[in-house]
Amino acid sequence: MKLPFPLAALCLLAWASSATAELSRPENTVDRDLGRNLAATCANCHGTNGQTQEVPGSGLAPLAGVPEAVTLRKLADFRNGERPASIMHQIARGYSDAQLALIAAYFAAQRQDTGSKQ
Amino acid sequence: MSGMKRREFLKTGIAAGMLAGINGCAGNGRSGGHVVVVGGGYGGATVAKYLRLWSAGTVQVTLVERQANFVSCPLSNLVIGGSKHMDDITLSYRQLQDKWGVRVIQDEVITVNSEKRSISLQTGGTIRYDRLVLSPGIDFIWDDIPALRSPSAREQILHAWKAGPQTQALRRQLEQMPDGGVYALSIPRAPYRCPPGPYERACLVADYFRKHKPRSKVVILDANEDIQSKKGLFKQAWNDLYGKIIEYRPLSEVRDVDVASKTAILEFDRFKADVLNIVPPQRAGRIAAESGLGLINRRWVEVNDWLTLESTTPGIHVLGDALFPAPAMPKSGHMANQHGKLAAAAIIRLLAGEAPNPEPVLMNTCYSFVDAGSAIHVASVHQYDAASRNVQPVKGAGGVSTARSEHEARVALGWASNIWADMLT
Repeated sequence: MKLPFPLAALCLLAWASSATAELSRPENTVDRDLGRNLAATCANCHGTNGQTQEVPGSGLAPLAGVPEAVTLRKLADFRNGERPASIMHQIARGYSDAQLALIAAYFAAQRQDTGSKQ
Repeated sequence: MSGMKRREFLKTGIAAGMLAGINGCAGNGRSGGHVVVVGGGYGGATVAKYLRLWSAGTVQVTLVERQANFVSCPLSNLVIGGSKHMDDITLSYRQLQDKWGVRVIQDEVITVNSEKRSISLQTGGTIRYDRLVLSPGIDFIWDDIPALRSPSAREQILHAWKAGPQTQALRRQLEQMPDGGVYALSIPRAPYRCPPGPYERACLVADYFRKHKPRSKVVILDANEDIQSKKGLFKQAWNDLYGKIIEYRPLSEVRDVDVASKTAILEFDRFKADVLNIVPPQRAGRIAAESGLGLINRRWVEVNDWLTLESTTPGIHVLGDALFPAPAMPKSGHMANQHGKLAAAAIIRLLAGEAPNPEPVLMNTCYSFVDAGSAIHVASVHQYDAASRNVQPVKGAGGVSTARSEHEARVALGWASNIWADMLT
């Protein structure tokens, strides 16, 4: 049976999660899959692992491979209302800073060309 | 499209079960256990895919689904309104099987034996599981609308509250209705599947009437005292777009129907329609309700542990519309998808003998079309709260649209493409 994604991606992902965890709080208190699980709450609109099915005019942005700082900036701007949004300002306010950091790190570590797209 | 041949499947299934039995919860990278998922809707398809994705293929997954294809309830009101077709909301389970290695079998689960950890199938045979996920959606409480206990009556008075043949059939009734006719839609007391769904349906039928049968009317017979979701936005749309086409009647619970005359029977009143669309009171799908799981109000499955979505029966998890929700958590396809991921993450841990993630988050967005080209939304974020051992809505987060817009209609279609891919491909 073929693995759904390469092991390298897994390793990169684990590294990214732990790196972020060190920044936000003591590493041993953060569940090792928390970034992955939190990012999965975004997949309904942004695709599995951030590989978005792009629909014209929807404005749904692909998140896979986007640098962590870029995603974090966007999320911060949504939260404080500086970036116009129909819904993202309401959603971004539901997550803590530490959770948003884990989400941004997880997506940054995803390859743009794997996952749910055919 | 019923997946691999049954004999071949049973051999593999039994082998996987035996392996899991021998290896226990070792999580040795070869057999991480066998999970059976019952129901291939928004919850079940998602948990099946994510168990495979997140276990890197080590957890064996069998999905038992009655239907050959997935048909989406979200967007199905657009089919009823005539701007989309069944093909637009029908998707295959093939990728779940071919790409993700889920065994998809088209069958119906008849009984669950929680002590032997097995299920029995309508076509015969049993399947062993290490963990069972029930995602059966809703069933209707026909006793509450006695005339509809008759299956032939249900072919005339439709619910169209499970997307499929009834969706198409309701569309046909509306097309055949003469101009000047009355379409009546009844809404049961909350909780029911998709709180804004009936009000969206009223809008989309009114949109069709406005364009094609302008002398016709939509009458909403709502058992509740008021609109259950996105109230201000729906009222605005009704006022701005539909004027007298839509009439809203709160506290109008339908107790029965007269099938031949298409008449809704209320407590003190009767209402005759040309097309009568009854959304009956609902409960957890039969297999969940009859498998000995703890129920709340004898209708919805009690979640014993929000970290795992395990029911009161060890080894059996429950997702989606069938469960008794956490505070302010809607019965939506989006939420069922989120349940699926929470359960997948937890089950992989449990099969490996580890504790589940201690701080799950669930999020909901729900778009409703108010005409064929514009939509509104409601959103919420729900965080696990260790003190209440429940999931609580985050104060200050979530909300509704500032106004209906064409932009949100495009986002809604983008949502559909992405969530369908997230669960099925």
